[in-house]
Amino acid sequence: MSIRNAAHIAGVFEHPGRHLPDHTVPGIHFEVAAGALADAGMTFADVDGYFCAGDAPGFGGLSMAEHLGLTCRHIDSTETGGSSYLVHVQHAAEAIAAGHCSVALITLAGKPRTGGAQPGGSARGASPESSFEGLFGLNVVNGYAMAARRHMHEFGTTSEQLAEIKVAASTHAQHNPNAYLPNVVTVEDVVNSPLVADPLHRLDACVITDGGGALVVVSPEIAASLDRHTVPVLGSGLAIKTAGGRIDLTHTGAVWSGPAAFSEAGITPADIKYVSIYDSFTITVLQTIEDLGFCEKGDGGRFVMEGALQAPHGRLPFNTDGGGLCNNHPANRGGMTKVVEAVRQLRGEANPAVQVPDCSIALAHGTGGSLATRMGSATLILGRES
Amino acid sequence: MPRPTDLPTPTPRSSSDDQVFWDGLAEDRLLLPRCTSCGSVFWHPRPFCPECSCTRIDWFAATGNGTIYSYSVTHKAPGNWGAHAPYVIAYVELDEGPRVMSNIVDADLDMLEVGLEVQAVFHAGADGGAVLRFTPSPG
Ligand SMILES: [Zn+2]
Repeated sequence: MSIRNAAHIAGVFEHPGRHLPDHTVPGIHFEVAAGALADAGMTFADVDGYFCAGDAPGFGGLSMAEHLGLTCRHIDSTETGGSSYLVHVQHAAEAIAAGHCSVALITLAGKPRTGGAQPGGSARGASPESSFEGLFGLNVVNGYAMAARRHMHEFGTTSEQLAEIKVAASTHAQHNPNAYLPNVVTVEDVVNSPLVADPLHRLDACVITDGGGALVVVSPEIAASLDRHTVPVLGSGLAIKTAGGRIDLTHTGAVWSGPAAFSEAGITPADIKYVSIYDSFTITVLQTIEDLGFCEKGDGGRFVMEGALQAPHGRLPFNTDGGGLCNNHPANRGGMTKVVEAVRQLRGEANPAVQVPDCSIALAHGTGGSLATRMGSATLILGRES
Repeated sequence: MPRPTDLPTPTPRSSSDDQVFWDGLAEDRLLLPRCTSCGSVFWHPRPFCPECSCTRIDWFAATGNGTIYSYSVTHKAPGNWGAHAPYVIAYVELDEGPRVMSNIVDADLDMLEVGLEVQAVFHAGADGGAVLRFTPSPG
């Protein structure tokens, strides 16, 4: 069974807040759900499937479905870290194709800036590998730094090339009134910012923000009944990459999720007009671009030079909201906003200065877990209503 | 005897799944698991082979030698590691094959590079037990 054209994204919402000391996490889930449903022209009563990940408090989907007042005949709480919400889109499309639901609501919310949550997601007790990784001062930054170091060693990638990715994101963020970091930065700004974990600098990293987002995924029949422009799901791919003592830090799970998504959609990387690429760090973007086939493995550093990623006219316009690097990384999970901005582009509703002309096919990619250990990669290919 | 260290070194949490490994470290020995069926030397230690699911596992004494697969000199860190910056986190590729996460200690930071030869050192845990770390090989 293919999910090609089996479901449409009918509503999206990104919480405008970045610093929300007076909000609760369940309250943000409610706000973003209401926003996405309103965007679709629908109500909570229309929802019959609910999807959430490790950021959902309490009993996850059970607690939140009750809190939101949902009556569901389908539920999914797949947790792959920051990529969860792209996985949820695929699973929603599958469930819709199977007749298990027809209106799927996906929500994300968190308060890492003001709520004290730890980066990286939920605590479910000690993992079997924790004794072998928890004794060495591993954190999010130095893990990705090891990936960057190895990529530099094998392919000659430079800090300046990584910095180009931040520069492109910042040129987009200047047009986003909600962006956490709205100022344009230069390559020099990035490489002269403090080294957090060599070779990654402070400005190689994404922002830490409160907030959230939501998606509404519906059947093609319901999409046809709505006034709103909806976005068909053309293809999807998932992959889990594990460490297991054989870890290769120079590639991501996108080497598998990308081809699966392109195959299902029946297209190639050359057909893509816009990409939302998960950008926890600059190195995350660089490796993912290579792994998705937009350039040869190891050529990512050369590929991103000379404004290749800058909208609207770069070779591969990316993250036109400013991405996690500059705009928003709610709950330390960047997958939701990747889908939201791709939908904006396909509807022609991105900020005008960065709207890609005739944006007919877009790709959104999520990376969950860590490049340094184990990850869940998810790729979506989205189209435009015919 | 594992030697004392200033680095944060809690006594590792062991279980019946990996007790052989931790008991080895406490005696300055790096014991690795090898599958009796497919021959895989795997990581992390567990009582079955992740390659072929065989439950007959041999433990053997590794050389303790390896090379740096990748590393990061960490200048800022949250929690109790922050006070120990700069410190070095690394993946070490053991001569027996597995790439294992650890620290490089007692190293000239300017001499670090991918491929540098390192050897095991055993750091005493705060309340017993030991932790596997690495230091540049002499010469
Ligand atoms: Zn085996």
